[in-house]
Amino acid sequence: MMTAALIGILLLTLAAGAVAMSLRNLIHSVLLLIVCWLGIATFYLWAGAEFLAFSQLLVYVGAVSMVVLFAILLTRRSRIDVAVAPDSASRALWALVAGFAVLGVLAYGMLNAKLPVSTSPVPSVSVRDLGAQLAGTHSAALLVIGLILTVALLGGVVIAASGRADIMEEKGK
Amino acid sequence: MSLGALQLCLLFSSALFCVGLAGALSRSNSILVLLGIELMLNAANINFVAFWRYGPQPAPATGILFVIFSVAVAASEAAVGLALVISIYRQQRSIRLQEATRLKG
Repeated sequence: MMTAALIGILLLTLAAGAVAMSLRNLIHSVLLLIVCWLGIATFYLWAGAEFLAFSQLLVYVGAVSMVVLFAILLTRRSRIDVAVAPDSASRALWALVAGFAVLGVLAYGMLNAKLPVSTSPVPSVSVRDLGAQLAGTHSAALLVIGLILTVALLGGVVIAASGRADIMEEKGK
Repeated sequence: MSLGALQLCLLFSSALFCVGLAGALSRSNSILVLLGIELMLNAANINFVAFWRYGPQPAPATGILFVIFSVAVAASEAAVGLALVISIYRQQRSIRLQEATRLKG
């Protein structure tokens, strides 16, 4: 069962995500989102998916956060300016209404659903099993996902490296 | 009514999804919108793990494998999205979504 400590961690995760989405300083938002992703990794660790917890750490806490921080540093207006202008209040209000409406529908649905409860013990999946499945049954999917990653990263480099023509010409002169 | 662990996990993931949804809808900075979408993807991954852990299991590791593929797709989505943000910034010196209206007819 869930312990009080785990519920505390999950609530902290939610709070970090909510505060990160409402702050004006982008750097603080990303730092709080790192806390949120760490909380999700803790959840995976508790659920028995250790490999997923470590890949969450590597991919989100390690890589995605760094890419986002670099994007923020490359797109700020001045050297010290990382705060964004405040958004309109009515938009924020409607976004909150939409979020709570979706949450209400989802919570109503899942609290009234008869979910099948597993009686089997906690499944244990070792990294060896995962590797065997990835290289055996799901090898085609693994190849496709590798292709998608390669194409997406190459496309990202091409998109980010091609600039406006007149700026390029000015630099060339 | 007593809440099972599966329902608690699902409540957590739907709350996280709605935090990401509200963030993506309310902000006009495109980096924050991307981060909101990342949160929503993470909530979906939590659902996969919760159903793998508590649901009836046809194959032992299906949920974990699905999350591995989904994390890979989410990472490539983040890379392409941030490259687009940088490209838009170089074109018009601003990453506000309201000002990115070049494709408007």
